[in-house]
This record gives sequence, C-alpha cells and structure tokens, in this order.
Amino acid sequence: MLTITQDLYDRIVAHAREDHPDEACGVVAGPAGTDRPERFVPMLNAARSPTFYEFDSQDLLKLYRELDDRDEEPVIIYHSHTATEAYPSRTDIGYANEPGAHYVLVSTADADGLGEFQFRSFRILDGEVTEEQVKVVQAY
Amino acid sequence: MAIEVRIPTILRQYTDGQKAVEGSGDTLAALFADLETRHAGIQARIVEDGKLRRFVNVYLNDEDVRFVDGIDTKLSDGDTVTILPAVAGGMA
Repeated sequence: MLTITQDLYDRIVAHAREDHPDEACGVVAGPAGTDRPERFVPMLNAARSPTFYEFDSQDLLKLYRELDDRDEEPVIIYHSHTATEAYPSRTDIGYANEPGAHYVLVSTADADGLGEFQFRSFRILDGEVTEEQVKVVQAY
Repeated sequence: MAIEVRIPTILRQYTDGQKAVEGSGDTLAALFADLETRHAGIQARIVEDGKLRRFVNVYLNDEDVRFVDGIDTKLSDGDTVTILPAVAGGMA
C-alpha cells in the first residue's frame, strides 16, 4: 500500500496537468528505509514527448547524489500517461529499475471511463506488475 | 590503478549489497571486465554487444560518458565511475 499526503497527491496531479500533452515525470523522496514519501522533486522530461519520458542524464546524476547525501530513497517514481489509462505499459515495465519504489501513474486522459486524473500505484519487480491500494492522508 | 565504482540498488545483488566497489582498468570496457571477475553477471547488465546499454547511464566523475568516448572512455587512477539506470518509460 502507498500512503501519501493529500498535498503530495495534488502536486503530482498538478504536474501531470501542467505538462500535458507531454508526459510529466518526477520522484517523491523520503528518508531511507521509511517508505514515507516526503520531498516532491518534479523532473524534466528530457524526451519532451506525449508517449515517452526519460529523466535528463545530468539531472539524474544530481538527483541520486542528493538522495545519497540526504540518506533518502526515491519512494515514489511518478509519470503521466496522456492518452492511455494509468497502468504500466510494456515500456514502463521494461525500464523499471527501482525494486523498492512505488510507481505512480496519473492519466491526463479519461481512458477508462472513470474520469481524468486517475491516480494509481504499482510495484514493478522483475517484470511483474502488482497494483496496490493508495491511501491519502492529511499528514503522517 | 584504483577506480571507485558506485553501484545502483538494482545491481547490488552482484556486489553483496555494497554501494561502491573498487575496480581497475584503463578504459571503461576494461573496468567492467575487471568487475566481472569478482562480481559475476554485472557486466552483461551494463554492456551489450560491446556497447553501453541504451538505458544505463555511466558517469566518469561528473560527466555522462556518452559525451566522452562511451565504453572506450579512458580512466585514471582515483576516478569515480557512477552507474545509474535511466529512469524512463511511457505509453509508447
């Protein structure tokens, strides 16, 4: 299960909305070992594409150095889909390299008839996708 | 010649959980071959057909080696090499 504050939830959705029609991406870092998302870090989509995202390689190095220095982990790795549902694509699964992270997807399209901005969270481990419950709280 | 190599979480299964290991080699290709002798399996996760895998970023000190000489990038004693899988995906 992913437990996240309403504030962080809203910021992820706002980022997806802002970058539409391109895919938005970023992380929410948290203290190592706590599984608690705390620090919102929107990233630039170096691919600037409606169908693909990739963190810029220099930004990626800076991010991981910062995480290391602060003893943090990428608790959430999020991105948006702009025309399909908020479910990991084959590409997402192929490139998922953080076994400990919650992969959050937000769809800026109403692709499943449930309305726009569906917010879903997954674990992606060795190519296997497991959806998990998202619990939104006011504070931890 | 000692090079410090920083290992991402996903590859620490090859390094007994260590975040950084030491290696040697005068190029990245030689360094990864050297790592393979102690951390069997790691080389194939970074190198494919003699080239760096597209979605694995390798940095020499602060520089993405794609903008240097790729897998032929020369190394010097005291360099730090950082390996980071790309964070990428999308509906395509």
